[in-house]
Amino acid sequence: MAAAAERKIGLQFEKIEKRYGSVHALRNLNLAIAPGECVALAGRNGSGKTTLLRVASGLTRPTRGSLSFPGLVSDRPPQIGFVAHATMVYDELSAEENLLFFAKLLGVSDRQARVTELLREVGLTERKDSLVRTFSRGMRQRVAIARALLAEPDLLLFDEPATGLDPEATDWLTEHLRKHRDQGCTILMSLHGQSDMARLATRAVRLEAGTVVADTRSSATLQSIFSFAGG
Amino acid sequence: MMPLLSNATAIFGKEVRTEFRSRELLSSTIVFVLIVVVLFSFTLDTNSNESRRFAPGLLWLAFLFASSLMMQPCFLRERTNDTLSALRSSVSDTFAIFLAKIAANALFLLLTELLMLPVFAVMFNVSFVAQFPGILLTFFVGSLGIATAGTAVAAISTQARMRELLLPVLLLPLLAPILVASTEVTVGLMSPDPFMQWKGIGFLAVFDVVFLTALWLFGEYLLEE
Repeated sequence: MAAAAERKIGLQFEKIEKRYGSVHALRNLNLAIAPGECVALAGRNGSGKTTLLRVASGLTRPTRGSLSFPGLVSDRPPQIGFVAHATMVYDELSAEENLLFFAKLLGVSDRQARVTELLREVGLTERKDSLVRTFSRGMRQRVAIARALLAEPDLLLFDEPATGLDPEATDWLTEHLRKHRDQGCTILMSLHGQSDMARLATRAVRLEAGTVVADTRSSATLQSIFSFAGG
Repeated sequence: MMPLLSNATAIFGKEVRTEFRSRELLSSTIVFVLIVVVLFSFTLDTNSNESRRFAPGLLWLAFLFASSLMMQPCFLRERTNDTLSALRSSVSDTFAIFLAKIAANALFLLLTELLMLPVFAVMFNVSFVAQFPGILLTFFVGSLGIATAGTAVAAISTQARMRELLLPVLLLPLLAPILVASTEVTVGLMSPDPFMQWKGIGFLAVFDVVFLTALWLFGEYLLEE
């Protein structure tokens, strides 16, 4: 992670619009995230949080507008780690096989060492040979997080990462995110309602109908954005 | 070029590993082709020369129907955990995903064809042993064409609502040229005086190249959300 902290990048959405047929998922959205910021996205279901994260990950192309990564020094694409609702790992492969497979696709050097390190970090060393389909939701989420961290990403995107997790797994994830935040990694995460994870954020942004309606860095008003979001 | 091939090889390895672990696709396709070949053999007098002339066409028809079953899950099962998004964000060129899927589908189809060939030969009283290299070549270029077109259509239909219906409706007419060319070549190889129709093989090879090029140029748009 140290390498990621050294090459911090930000995220800038300019006049982003995303339409799915007649549905406007994002409307003229402007948002600039500075390198090293930990931003929590709040908003009701359908407010555009997931679409915004998918646009940021490059998986969804915006209908209009542009996305840039301030601080990106070289001409290489930014390394983005994305943890979505779905785990994005294969049930028919073991935890280690999944990580080795994605490490190869991402061109990670010394794959086995990196995968072993990440399995230890997410606490799955003992179950590394078990098929993911035999895992609990919390364990799958750990594999998903390890996959997102494989290439030492410049930017971490989390879409409601605590969904389906028990309190113990949520605590583990909160601590894990705190570690990455403290190391200076830029984080954008969507959250549902107030939680310990919301307390990690250095900034909170509330979306409504695909646009930013509130944006604060003040710790006094930060929590109110989540309570106002209505969960 | 190297990252493309390296990524395609990794995805191909994953496809083969997961399939041989579950054997879902191969077993269901083999059973399907077996049923179709047996049913066809019941409807025809397999000892007549006439039926032997039709038999290769029936065999390829069975392969075509089987391919529409086989191609369906290749992108559909990537939706289960949204692994297609993980693949898209991990590869430098999305054509690697297509290359790997095409290679895996062609391999599975070729395996099905080779396993069904002796059964077909017995049921329809035809000999293929002497012409096996020619038949293998025909199966290879034919399967590659079916896999290329099938993988493209599977990518399109995965995003549609009526995907189970859409795939065969789009795929079967698209594969008509392969059916005609492969059947003609196979008829020649299984005739009492066997001969190789190189024109047919050439046509199949051109079909493969055209579809591969189209996927290389436009495949990225098929996987977009």
